[in-house]
Amino acid sequence: MIKYYLALALRSMQRNIVLTVLMIAAIGVGIGASMTVFTVLRTMSGDPIPQKSSELFVPQIDNWLPAHLNESPNLVGGLLDQLSYRDAMALMRARQAKRQTAMYGVSFTATPTIAGAKPFIVRGLAAYADFFPMFDVPFRSGSAWTAADDAGRTNVVVISGKLADRLFPGGRAVGRTIDLDRRGYRIVGVLKPWDPQPHFYDVPGGAFSEAEDVFLPFSTAIDRQMPIYGDNNCDDLPAPGWYGHLNSECVWLQFWVELPTAAAVQRFRQFLYNYAADQRSIGRFRWAPRVNLQNLHQWLIGEKVVPDEMRVSTLVAFGFLLVCLVNSIGLMLAKFSSRAGELGVRRALGASKADIFIQCLIETAVIGAFGGIAGLALTVAGLGMERMILTESAARLAHLNVAMICTTFGLAVFATVCSGLYPTWRASRVQPAWQLKAQ
Amino acid sequence: MEILAILSALRRNKIGALLIAVQVALTLAIVSNCLSVVEQRLQRMGRPSGIDEANIFTLGNQWVGQPTDLKARIDEDLAALRALPGVVDASLTNSVPLRGGGWSNVVMLTAEQKQPTAHTAIYFADAQTLNTWGMRLVAGRWFGTDEIHPIEVNDTSVPAVVIVTEALARALFPDGSALGKDIYIAPTAPSRIIGIVARAQTPFAASSWGESFVENSLFAPDEFINNGITYVVRTQPGRLHAVMHAAESKLFAIEPQRVIDRLQPFAETRAHEYRSYRALSLILGTVCALLLTVTAFGIVGLTTYWVTQRRRQIGVRRALGARRVDILRYFQTENLLISGAGAALGVGLGLALNLWLATSLQITRMSLAYLIAGAGIVLVLSQAAVLLPALRAAAIPPAIAIRSA
Repeated sequence: MIKYYLALALRSMQRNIVLTVLMIAAIGVGIGASMTVFTVLRTMSGDPIPQKSSELFVPQIDNWLPAHLNESPNLVGGLLDQLSYRDAMALMRARQAKRQTAMYGVSFTATPTIAGAKPFIVRGLAAYADFFPMFDVPFRSGSAWTAADDAGRTNVVVISGKLADRLFPGGRAVGRTIDLDRRGYRIVGVLKPWDPQPHFYDVPGGAFSEAEDVFLPFSTAIDRQMPIYGDNNCDDLPAPGWYGHLNSECVWLQFWVELPTAAAVQRFRQFLYNYAADQRSIGRFRWAPRVNLQNLHQWLIGEKVVPDEMRVSTLVAFGFLLVCLVNSIGLMLAKFSSRAGELGVRRALGASKADIFIQCLIETAVIGAFGGIAGLALTVAGLGMERMILTESAARLAHLNVAMICTTFGLAVFATVCSGLYPTWRASRVQPAWQLKAQ
Repeated sequence: MEILAILSALRRNKIGALLIAVQVALTLAIVSNCLSVVEQRLQRMGRPSGIDEANIFTLGNQWVGQPTDLKARIDEDLAALRALPGVVDASLTNSVPLRGGGWSNVVMLTAEQKQPTAHTAIYFADAQTLNTWGMRLVAGRWFGTDEIHPIEVNDTSVPAVVIVTEALARALFPDGSALGKDIYIAPTAPSRIIGIVARAQTPFAASSWGESFVENSLFAPDEFINNGITYVVRTQPGRLHAVMHAAESKLFAIEPQRVIDRLQPFAETRAHEYRSYRALSLILGTVCALLLTVTAFGIVGLTTYWVTQRRRQIGVRRALGARRVDILRYFQTENLLISGAGAALGVGLGLALNLWLATSLQITRMSLAYLIAGAGIVLVLSQAAVLLPALRAAAIPPAIAIRSA
């Protein structure tokens, strides 16, 4: 029966070719426009590390005079989105979480050992050894450095596979030395391709930046006084020099903790509060403790990683899809009622209302499927255009995957069938006698 | 008379009329909001930076390793850049207008003040900076060579003299008396305003965060001694690209152990920084064009269907003496009624959408002009869309009335 209805649907589509083409075009364009914009939005608002995100938290500590907070552009939930060196070190020493790391962005000139190759700039991240297991960072070879390296401020690095291939084409990188700013660092690990989007662990360093190419122990970077490649916010003039900066209330460090259970979260929250209360009692903070602990999901929302431009575009695109669907309701109504005569004959020959309803619904679904194919083609074309006009970091996100292809197609059929419900219902209520008489 | 007849006919075709009205309303609500957002972005993109954009390029420089003679190296580079043929002037800078990345600070009028009077960006400047950026000095004077002090990353000294933009001067001293006044960028020591330039956008002017102090810039007489610096070069008109290549070769000839990055004309910087605005405008513009097209075709489709349905009635009317123009006018009036109702609904919907956008996203309120313009556009469009089917209706011969169906 379904096969017969499908054949009928195809024949009826050919009969009223202008209306059919208009309908398929409207659905295709609506789906194409909305999915083009939505693909980027979905990646932007996606979970970068779904298997772990509920266990990753960012602690926040209010170390500024409350009146100064309003002057900072980078607030999440009313508190600063980075920590001072003093607070970060206190949290590292306390070790109250399963894993924890402070981090900040750095930049180097790397000098290749290959003859004739020019030096180039690489971006790095100074972090603790916990960084790698905490964020499930995949290794191609070697491994992370150890806690002993953290304590001993050794010159070790983990580098990206891309950088390893550039510096040592075809060769093994682990165990060799990389020249960064004219200092030698021993490579202990090389990563597999790893580029979580959003760049969640360092949003102030760029919400959609590529992952860094060099990772080195935080204590080594501090010891070498490596300048901050990132955001630094001060509420007061710090004392001069590097140590003046370390002892100041300037905030410039990202901090993440891994808390696997609700109880651990509760304990850490209490610890944070007690820490701030202690700082008040020793006279450093002159205000009631204000601390917060947000999980990754809350953090990305708080940091507003999805730009307003993307939200407005998506909203408009889905508004457009809605208009396209209203449009196709009208066109389907026209199409079905021009066939009232034929449907009347079928009813008179014994087809039930349900039969007519299903027949018309299948016809609608076929139109939806064609609309979906057209929409998919337009989405591919639209994404190509989008890659040309978006910023580089956003353009990297404008790619379809299997899930999005299925979503696109499914949405087209579903939306079309929904918009076809009313016209179909109307068509199934055709009075056979009336139609036959008019003939 | 005619309108009453149309209304009573429409009562028998409620759903079709409703669908068109809803489509017109949604189209109007979306198009007017899009136009308003796009216009706002275009307006921001069109703001002048205050510098000689066409003849300026910038380049980032980082020496390999940690040289200890940075000041000598910087001075040597700058002297070489200034000596290149086609160069008007060259300077060291800590940041570039629009490009993001830079220093921002609060400004106060007294040392004890709790709430700042204004926000500003800080540019480090030398004696040549005024000429290099090509800014216009409107009051006072620029820095002399002897006033420039070398500073390093974690330096905390406060400049004794500063130069501000007119926008910052107005924000600090609305009565126009900024020149010669003392201001505080740190509570430790005052800085005296010795000059005012007409305009210089901040490095943050292209970001939403910088929107509140687009032209608040302050110049401090500091030479930023650091590995990882930016040179800015102004060339004679038409020689920008030639000088860019020459500058790169010259710097490598002086010292090959360095990395030069972001070597780009300012025009490229501007285009790059406004990419997201441009993308938004293009996406919204495209969607609006498609939206209007789909709505127009929807009207064509439904009206064509109505005409087919009413062939007999039209024939009867024609046989009873109605002229072709009467039939045409019937359909045009009918469409005007439906679209007019849709537009009225759309104005309300558009206002509601705008209110929601303004509260939940950083979109400013739109002026009513966009709704009126949008209503005009959709009404004209829908009248145009109905013309073709209406003409076909008018062409129906009166003889249809007496033919059996």
